[in-house]
Amino acid sequence: MRQSVIHWFRFASPQSFYPLAGRMIPWFWAATAAFGIAGLWISFFVAPTDAQQGEGYRIIFIHVPASWMSMFLYLVMAFWAGLGLALNTRLSGMMAQALAPTGALMAALSLWTGALWGKPMWGAWWVWDARLTSELLLLFLYLGFMALQAAIDDPRRADKAGAILALVGVVNIPIIYFSVKWWNTLHQGSTINLTKAPSMAQTMLWGMLLMALCFWMYSIAVALTRVRAIILERERHTEWVKHALE
Amino acid sequence: MNALLATVRRDLLLALRRKSEVLTAVFFFVIVTSLFPLGIGPEPVLLKKIAPGILWVAALLATLLGLPRLFAADHVDGTLEQMVLSPSPLGLLVAGKILAHWLLCGLPLVLLAPVLGLQFDLDASALVILTLALLLGTPLLSLIGAIGAALTLGVRGGGVLLALLVLPLYIPALIFGAGAVEAHIAGLGAGGHLSLLAAMLALAVFFAPWATTAALRIALE
Amino acid sequence: MHWNSVAEFFAMGGYALYVWGSFGACALLMIAEPLLARRRLSEVRRSLIRERLADELELQQKSQ
Repeated sequence: MRQSVIHWFRFASPQSFYPLAGRMIPWFWAATAAFGIAGLWISFFVAPTDAQQGEGYRIIFIHVPASWMSMFLYLVMAFWAGLGLALNTRLSGMMAQALAPTGALMAALSLWTGALWGKPMWGAWWVWDARLTSELLLLFLYLGFMALQAAIDDPRRADKAGAILALVGVVNIPIIYFSVKWWNTLHQGSTINLTKAPSMAQTMLWGMLLMALCFWMYSIAVALTRVRAIILERERHTEWVKHALE
Repeated sequence: MNALLATVRRDLLLALRRKSEVLTAVFFFVIVTSLFPLGIGPEPVLLKKIAPGILWVAALLATLLGLPRLFAADHVDGTLEQMVLSPSPLGLLVAGKILAHWLLCGLPLVLLAPVLGLQFDLDASALVILTLALLLGTPLLSLIGAIGAALTLGVRGGGVLLALLVLPLYIPALIFGAGAVEAHIAGLGAGGHLSLLAAMLALAVFFAPWATTAALRIALE
Repeated sequence: MHWNSVAEFFAMGGYALYVWGSFGACALLMIAEPLLARRRLSEVRRSLIRERLADELELQQKSQ
């Protein structure tokens, strides 16, 4: 029993995770490329032209995966942060810190593509739609997390303070989302409806899923690269780092 | 409970010695709300429509103004460390400090809001709803803000950072608080908004002192 | 396959600006971010290696 527990926690130390991450990164890049090629092929060559939105709807193939990933990455980040707070493992905080910029990037991409989609479809770059507004607030939450971590010099304190912020954010995200949604229906009625055509073609769903997988693998690959840099930065005075650089 | 009341009394006494700090937030609130008609124009219909939003945003920013000082002075003179070491639970003392912050920075806004609402041509029943919404909402702002104040304690650039952390979390309070008055004016009834505000307040009363305590312990490690 | 020519593909039925603006920004950011992350890693590595060299030189000088 004890043996297996030790085995499980072995990779929780930065020392053993550093080389492991280095070995995993190429595989995640390969998966990113594979899913990306398949997803792009479907997005541009297989998925039919939309009856109402013409070719403009093809933005959906990156807009929706980027939105999904921005929300999912916040949950993952909060998970690692909470784990670090509960178990006091060093690696968890580093993982949370490594994920935040990628999550913010996904939120920014989702907003950018949303604006570019909104212009031809609704005639405005920005509408105060519930989903767009929530996405903007999510970006603010990411920026707050990154700013807090950057402002605190002691990495252990930065991790823990960031963890509390991330957990407070997770509690707040549903409240924010529903309040924004309610605010939106109260003010705009149903003049603008973001929902896609009622019967979304099967191929469109496949394209979105493949692109989401591509974005997911990409996020892991980048986060692992960043976590390796963070490990070295924080552990630079330890003995193992000196030997790890052969 | 005694510990909580003692903390409140102490913070109030300290604040009364430095009246200017309390008055700053109140003046800020008054000036900001009075600036809007000057920037927008004196048209009563438009002003009436935007009044709830302006009063609420101004209240939000005014509350924010006092937050960096919530723990900073006690942190500098070492009182905070004594609080952590004291036999009474830290959560209770923190709750006392938050309550004191609300009494100093929140309650004056609630009392002033009806007067400022008159500037925007709100009628009596709308003013009642506005006051009620602020009465439920401002403690919520103090509670959420305390988490941010504890997280940014002693951090460089703390004030600006605090605003960045806390303002997104204030949005539900803003939406339902301003929404209550708007719904009342539109004849929809403000009951739903006010009950949701009360629910969020109950949630925050339970969780915020706890999260603030955790953040303070981290800051003092 | 429903594109008759390359030009038609790039025209995107009149939505070229929006579609390529989205995909282009996406590609740009997703190329830039990994490069930045990798640069951060290699910078730490380089500075660590320099540090180690300095330590070794110091040791050699002491032993001489």
